[in-house]
Amino acid sequence: MALALNFLPILPEIVILTAASLILLIDLWLPDDKRHISYWLTQLALLIAACVTLRGLHIDSVLAFHSVVVADMVADVLRMLSFLALSLVLFYSRTYLTLRGLFRGETFVLMLFALLGMQVLITANNFLTLYLGLELMSLALYALVALQRDEAAPAEAAMKYFVLGALASGILLYGMSMIYGATGTLQIDLVAQSLATGEANHALLIFGLVFVVSAIAFKLGAVPYHMWVPDVYQGAPTAITLLIGTVPEYAAFAMLLRLLAGALGSPETMMQWQGMLAILALLSVTLGHVVAIAQTNLKRMLAYSTIANMGYVLMGFLGGDVNGYTAAMFYILAYVMTSLVSFGMILLLSRAGFEADRIDDLKGLNRRSPWWAFVMLLAMFSLAGLPPTIGFYGKFMVLQSAIKAGYLWLAVVGVLAALVGAFYYLRIVKLMYFDDPVDTSPIMVRADTRWLLSGNGLVLLLFGILPQLPMGLCYVALVQSRYF
Amino acid sequence: MTPYLSLSIWVPIVAGVMVLAIGRDSDARTARWIALAGALASFLVTIPLYVHFDNSTAALQFVERRDWIPYFDIYYFVGVDGISVLFILLNAFITLLVVWAGWQVITVRVAQYMAAFLIMSGFINGAFAAQDAILFYVFFEAMLIPMYLIIGIWGGSNRVYAAIKFFLYTLLGSLLMLVAFIYLYQKSGSFELSVWYDLPLSLKTQMLIFVAFFAAFAVKVPMWPVHTWLPDAHPEAPTGGSVVLAAITLKIGAYGFLRFILPILPDASRSPQVVAFMITLSLIAVVYIGFVALVQADMKRLIAYSSISHMGIVTLGFFLFSAQGMEGGLAQMISHGFVSAAMFLCVGVLYDRMHTHLIADFGGVANTMPKFAAFMMLFSMANAGLPATSGFVGEFLVILAAVKVNFWIAFLAAVSLILGAAYTLWMYKRVIYGEVANAHVRALHDLNRREFWLLGTLAVAVLVMGVWPKPFVDVMHVSVIDLLAHVAKSKLEWPSP
Repeated sequence: MALALNFLPILPEIVILTAASLILLIDLWLPDDKRHISYWLTQLALLIAACVTLRGLHIDSVLAFHSVVVADMVADVLRMLSFLALSLVLFYSRTYLTLRGLFRGETFVLMLFALLGMQVLITANNFLTLYLGLELMSLALYALVALQRDEAAPAEAAMKYFVLGALASGILLYGMSMIYGATGTLQIDLVAQSLATGEANHALLIFGLVFVVSAIAFKLGAVPYHMWVPDVYQGAPTAITLLIGTVPEYAAFAMLLRLLAGALGSPETMMQWQGMLAILALLSVTLGHVVAIAQTNLKRMLAYSTIANMGYVLMGFLGGDVNGYTAAMFYILAYVMTSLVSFGMILLLSRAGFEADRIDDLKGLNRRSPWWAFVMLLAMFSLAGLPPTIGFYGKFMVLQSAIKAGYLWLAVVGVLAALVGAFYYLRIVKLMYFDDPVDTSPIMVRADTRWLLSGNGLVLLLFGILPQLPMGLCYVALVQSRYF
Repeated sequence: MTPYLSLSIWVPIVAGVMVLAIGRDSDARTARWIALAGALASFLVTIPLYVHFDNSTAALQFVERRDWIPYFDIYYFVGVDGISVLFILLNAFITLLVVWAGWQVITVRVAQYMAAFLIMSGFINGAFAAQDAILFYVFFEAMLIPMYLIIGIWGGSNRVYAAIKFFLYTLLGSLLMLVAFIYLYQKSGSFELSVWYDLPLSLKTQMLIFVAFFAAFAVKVPMWPVHTWLPDAHPEAPTGGSVVLAAITLKIGAYGFLRFILPILPDASRSPQVVAFMITLSLIAVVYIGFVALVQADMKRLIAYSSISHMGIVTLGFFLFSAQGMEGGLAQMISHGFVSAAMFLCVGVLYDRMHTHLIADFGGVANTMPKFAAFMMLFSMANAGLPATSGFVGEFLVILAAVKVNFWIAFLAAVSLILGAAYTLWMYKRVIYGEVANAHVRALHDLNRREFWLLGTLAVAVLVMGVWPKPFVDVMHVSVIDLLAHVAKSKLEWPSP
């Protein structure tokens, strides 16, 4: 048994790795006007990976490779969602990338490697596997941010992202080494067992926990570890912002789940991290929403909105039971769906030499195109957490989880902050609907983007009216993966 | 059984979506006709709700209950009792008038305008019919979105400020209410209102939840001192927006008191502090806001303040805890639905011709618009609460109930009749009577056929309710008695063993 390695649990990873390597090679032989072959190969790889994941869906958890990898239902669901999100990212950003000379093999390969990193992170059952995945993802993302190497803003953003990201990785490693010292193992399920027996060195463990929580907060972009978020979101090319703002959130959730709920989920450590997450959530929702008001750059505003939204994720997660994890996972799902639309709209409105990233660029959108204004309206109300959009149920579940865990005050702060947040989302709606357009050029959209983005917008509404399907999906996945 | 309630919710929404899908800016005619057909259909499906309504029971009728979000035990659960059924009819009726009223007036983005009203009408019906807290909340919040757009797109000069103020004020209250809902869910394991009615709660908890609910509903009513969004929103809203805002959305706030606050928190509601607090706020609204209305220079602002003052009578009636007071409050709500709609339509008629609603710009309108002057006379009298108009029924019942509680409360409430007469008739005098003020007034032409029938319909409603209120009061009587009996029962938590 020990010798016969089971490759099935990591089949999606193998697919993505093979595809990334193949595309890297094939792209070398392609002339510039045939780049769409690499693009479609990337999409094909995502499709195959999704089919493979679906085919081998794990109802029960399976450990593989001497237990450094775990394939369970939550991993499958998160992987599937990541494939879907990355595929949409590629569809939405095609025109943008082409116009900026970024429609190249490197972009796709780096995206696939970032995805591979996320997949490894999602399926990690060992601190080192998790770290490996995190680094693979981060390094690919740093490179993606710096793709436009001739421009100042992306270079600056990439530098900041890299330096701060490396620091966070160091912090994470340090925290993991502490926990290793306390429990004598790096394996997530064994750490949990060791904590359950109560033999672990308590002081060392809590010390490590602080570092681990800090590193997770950094990756999520929670206050006070949020400094990189606005700069990276604003500086990166919008297509890459779209990527950073969406797909890695699933991986970040997996990290939260594997480390805090999986490894450090014993009652006493949970009490510790609940308190920490409460403070992070409090700071994130207030600071994120308040600072977002002052922004005139749409990408920067959405960056602060991300910070606030991650605060809500933590608010849900600190419930510390399946109900809380479901809330956090659903919130992430709702948030990614919505972000795809909001950043997708920026991409859709941009042209050659025009980024459409100032909030004033949305002025009078309703006159130019009532349909796109409506889609953006759905995204804004979803971010603001208003029914009948999916964002409402995200907020609702998160508040419910916080109140159930006894954090009524946090929930009250959460809704007051949401009120502040509603102001700047409403301002976007105001610009689109109440103001006259400055820019009256017709909006040119590729047919596939038009259908997918419209569908994506309508999904916000559909799941806002009938949210049981995504809720149930998150819940079942978590229960089957034994996160109670 | 035909699901009349679901039809009354979804027919207008579907009609609204159809208007959006088919109507184009270039072809306003089609949009108008589809909207009118949709509004008419929406009104017709509500009529069986009245015809087949059983007056003899307080139980929910036309109940529909389906699984909606099993994860949280949330149901699509709708039903009406004597308290809510009339508002659904009122809403469908007013929506029909609003679509009709915007016929020639709205020329920019007609399809969006009509669709916004139809969709909002469906949401409002949903809020009145919902028997599950989350279902209620979804409708309650969702109706903000079309209203925000209506004020913001078709409003006057200061419309953006008014729209955002309206939205944020209302949102603050409803978010706190959401927290209270979740808390109650934690306690009871259900979002069903009937479960919450029987849920024991300590007095302290009831008080805290009262604060949250009060924040949501008092803003919506609106009660003094959280009323300031209303006078800002009204002058900026288009006529149709004002009509719906005054006639319907304010009623949801007051309805919330009856559906949520009184039955879920009976002990908090009956506690001397809360009663004194509510009566004081109501009387301030009646008297102080009445005086404020007196000095307004803008007709729409004046009617907005008069709405706040009239809603003061409503909340006063609720917190007297007698059948008379409560029925008076409810009658006042329905009457105010007709009268305020009519008053705003009258102002709209003038605004369409002169593009102003400042009182000073008018004078001697009776000389050029005699038919209009006659209608406005009737509605002004109704607004002042003249006997034989609908305005009299509610105010009289509430004052009667107040006399039994305390003479001075009744005295102050009765001031509303005097003040109401003062500000309404004084405005009427300045606008309608006197010499023809300027060349614009001289050039006015009288009501056209559409406007005549519009105001005529409302005039009939006002008079019928004033002369023969029985059909209205009969519907609500049993439900009100039942509610009062429920409120009288304490549900303080038994000390746990």
